[in-house]
Amino acid sequence: MSSLFGKPLSVLNEGIASFADAIVQRGGTATRLEWAPPAGGDRAVGMALARLVNHPTVEAANAKAAERYMAAQPRLEGIGVAREVLPHLGSRMILHAGPPIAWQRMCGPMRGAIVGAILYEGWAEDADAAAALAKSGDIQFEPCHHHAAVGPMSGIISPSMPVWIVANATHGNRAFSNLNEGLGKVLRFGANSREVLERLEWMQKTLGPTLGAAFEVSKELELKPLMAQALHMGDEVHNRNVAASSLLIRRLVPALLKSSASAADAASVIEFIAGNDHFFLNISMAACKSMLDAAHGVAGSSVVTAMARNGVDFGIRVSGLGEHWFTAPAPVVNGLYFPAYTTKDAAPDLGDSAITETAGLGGFAMAAAPAIVKFVGGTPQDALANTLAMAHITLKRNGAFTLPALDFAGTPACIDARRVVDTGMLPVINTGIAHKEPGVGQIGAGVTRAPLACFTQAVTALATEVAP
Amino acid sequence: MYIQRLLPNLYRDSVSLMQLSAALGKLPGVEQASAVMATPGNLEFLRQAGLVNGDVVPRPNDLLVALRGKSTAQLEAALATALASLNDESAKDIKGAVAEAPLRSFQMALSGAPQANLALISVPGDYAAAEAMKALRLGLHVMLFSDNVALADEVALKRFAKERELLVMGPDCGTAIIDGVPLGFANAVRRGAVGVVGASGTGTQQVTSLVHRRGGGISHAIGTGGHDLGKDVGGITMLHGLGLLARDADTKAIVLISKPPSPAIAREVIAAARKAGKPVVINFIGSTEDPSGGNLHVSRTLDDAAAAAVALSNGRKPGRVAAKTLKVPRVKFKKGQRYVRGLFSGGTFCYEASALLGDVWSNAPVDPKRAIEDPWKSREHTLIDLGDDVFTRGRPHPMIDLRLRNDRMLQEAADPQVAVILLDVVLGYGSHPDPASELVPAIEKAQGISRKKGRSLAVVASVCGTDEDPQGLERQEKALREAGVLLTESNASAARLAGALVAKLR
Repeated sequence: MSSLFGKPLSVLNEGIASFADAIVQRGGTATRLEWAPPAGGDRAVGMALARLVNHPTVEAANAKAAERYMAAQPRLEGIGVAREVLPHLGSRMILHAGPPIAWQRMCGPMRGAIVGAILYEGWAEDADAAAALAKSGDIQFEPCHHHAAVGPMSGIISPSMPVWIVANATHGNRAFSNLNEGLGKVLRFGANSREVLERLEWMQKTLGPTLGAAFEVSKELELKPLMAQALHMGDEVHNRNVAASSLLIRRLVPALLKSSASAADAASVIEFIAGNDHFFLNISMAACKSMLDAAHGVAGSSVVTAMARNGVDFGIRVSGLGEHWFTAPAPVVNGLYFPAYTTKDAAPDLGDSAITETAGLGGFAMAAAPAIVKFVGGTPQDALANTLAMAHITLKRNGAFTLPALDFAGTPACIDARRVVDTGMLPVINTGIAHKEPGVGQIGAGVTRAPLACFTQAVTALATEVAP
Repeated sequence: MYIQRLLPNLYRDSVSLMQLSAALGKLPGVEQASAVMATPGNLEFLRQAGLVNGDVVPRPNDLLVALRGKSTAQLEAALATALASLNDESAKDIKGAVAEAPLRSFQMALSGAPQANLALISVPGDYAAAEAMKALRLGLHVMLFSDNVALADEVALKRFAKERELLVMGPDCGTAIIDGVPLGFANAVRRGAVGVVGASGTGTQQVTSLVHRRGGGISHAIGTGGHDLGKDVGGITMLHGLGLLARDADTKAIVLISKPPSPAIAREVIAAARKAGKPVVINFIGSTEDPSGGNLHVSRTLDDAAAAAVALSNGRKPGRVAAKTLKVPRVKFKKGQRYVRGLFSGGTFCYEASALLGDVWSNAPVDPKRAIEDPWKSREHTLIDLGDDVFTRGRPHPMIDLRLRNDRMLQEAADPQVAVILLDVVLGYGSHPDPASELVPAIEKAQGISRKKGRSLAVVASVCGTDEDPQGLERQEKALREAGVLLTESNASAARLAGALVAKLR
């Protein structure tokens, strides 16, 4: 010291606003805070947070976790069958989106999707029998996230399904996702009718193997450059994937035509992908999962490595806090609804797709996709503001994913649970809205926020882990 | 009733169209509305939703507006709205500043102001300790204006700060001046060579404004908060501040202000002061100890401390102060009038006046045996600190809101035994913008009450402030003098004058 004397006084004023006026009138510098009690006014959490701010252990751990996230190089390696490539998938196990949940508590779309998966696997004859089997306890349900996997909406992965394989070339970890079925009556929204099951069968018998054949020819596909290009074309690779899906098919078609796949199969696969603006979503999610798994498990780190919803609970995981989920009730999404539907019809927030926001994309990259902000009646300026705001709760700007509208600044990445609690600025998530009844499908899309309670619990837990 | 209109080769993205659909659905007489690109999938969807009747041939490059409702007229109106909206080509202003997120935390604020070196915290006490800890962890010095911070938290904060050579002023630190910049409730004073460390906010305001009034100036005034010199905290901030001022080249003389500390802490502070290498004036208000000698000078009042500091900072010896002559005007009191009632907005002013007047009742007594039972009711000589929690619960501080004190003044004036009302008036940043404007009518009313009963009521006051304060010292004093107030330059003089006025009324 003394940095207090001898340097121009520059004050951060928190509380009574007029104090800043006096400072400025007498030649000092004052920055005005608009303070609100952190942690929703919970004093105990506030004290725990205060002990962690700028804590050397946490700072060092976060630097390491962020470095691992940044260094990750996700590559699309190809297609596999879930039971063959997911290391710990049981033979009678079904994976679902979000944090762990028992059948009894599951939301409508997830139950519908599980019934569909049981029928698809041939474990039951009809829907009633499938529901009874699900209820009986003979089928294991586990989160996708416990298997290095992610799935949009109900996120169902059963043993026979084809899955994308993304490998992180830097750290060697792999991540998986199911394949996107398109819109309308689809399993991930809880539909389980004959047409849904027939499509799943086609995906298993034709789509998966045909894409597999294409990857035999093209080998792996680097995902960071493709996603970066898509950001420059108006995607945020969560709720808007039209550019990325187009870029993907541009890479796949030549390989498909050179592959061993029949012309008829190749044509049907190309037609299927070309008809689905969201085909890339699942790949985007697996890429994000592989980058964040690399950042997970650094002791003392407050970096959020997963945000996921099961339609009942919203859960997060934190790098330094092991496999624990910090959960709170999933919010209902504020958004635009298709004709004839309202918030009363909506299931609470659902799906693993918030892994994209966790990785600094989706809502965090809204500046790349201003059209998205119209879901909540906003302006392109709001899209930029959302991205800029998220920079205050993140540790890094990811130079691999740049934003033209912000003069090519990197996307804000590596959410710091401490900063979320300290500022009360909640991670913004772009998402689709599912009907609460199984099988109706998507009824809208919008923007929502991760619940504060997940982060206050995480901060409390981290404060007990880290010595004062 | 249905209306369907295909708009050929008009492309809009689906989000814009959903937004339009939602807007159309809210128009009068519209039961359902949708605007979509006329793809097979979208048409199927509209058919299921009951929005399309009959066969519509898919035309994916065309935009379809489909409406259902009761009256053709209303649907036509809705369609017109839709077309107007779709054809609106007025360029929206895409410039305009992107809304900056409000600054919610110190960490967030530091990203835009990395040069910041001090956090001024005045949030509710429940949250203040956590805010201060965060500021310290981020390397900021702290002024904690907030009160109601637990003593254990204060000790923890100050120990943490000490290890990192950071200063914690407060909690309950009302006043500081750093580099000429007022923090909290402070007076506008010129820069100069007198450094202050004060455990009392109004004590510091009195000394700094009197230094200014007497031609001196302030280098820095550091506040410690009222608990710093207790044995739990052990004077961490007072000792730290003393050290800072001792090393500060701009500071030629130092003033230490506090109520009497616990004896062990007092010894430690005095020992440190002896090693300061420059003159130190000590004002332990109400203390009769005198460790003067060498570079140490003990003053009994804030007024004397300011005078001594101005002299010492100019390299002169402090003059003899106590014998200052007091001009006591003649007041014709009625028989039975004999008591002083002091109504203070500054706790330290109340305390100093109690120490000078001796036998008074008070809610902040120098002698604990003289604690008043009911602070709402005066007896004999009574001095009341209206900044006490009893009075401020659910009410602004009396330096900002003068109503409670004005009401009390009328209550005192109605008492036939009251001869003198003694007041303090505090100017400076944070205080009432024009206290005289509210005091004068109340004083006139009080004098009227007294006059009606054939009594004379003497009102004695001092204004703590400077000519640079936003309220203007001269303007305030003029208004009070014109209302018949007997004005002195300092609180100590006002207390002495009040005492002299009633001395012979026995």
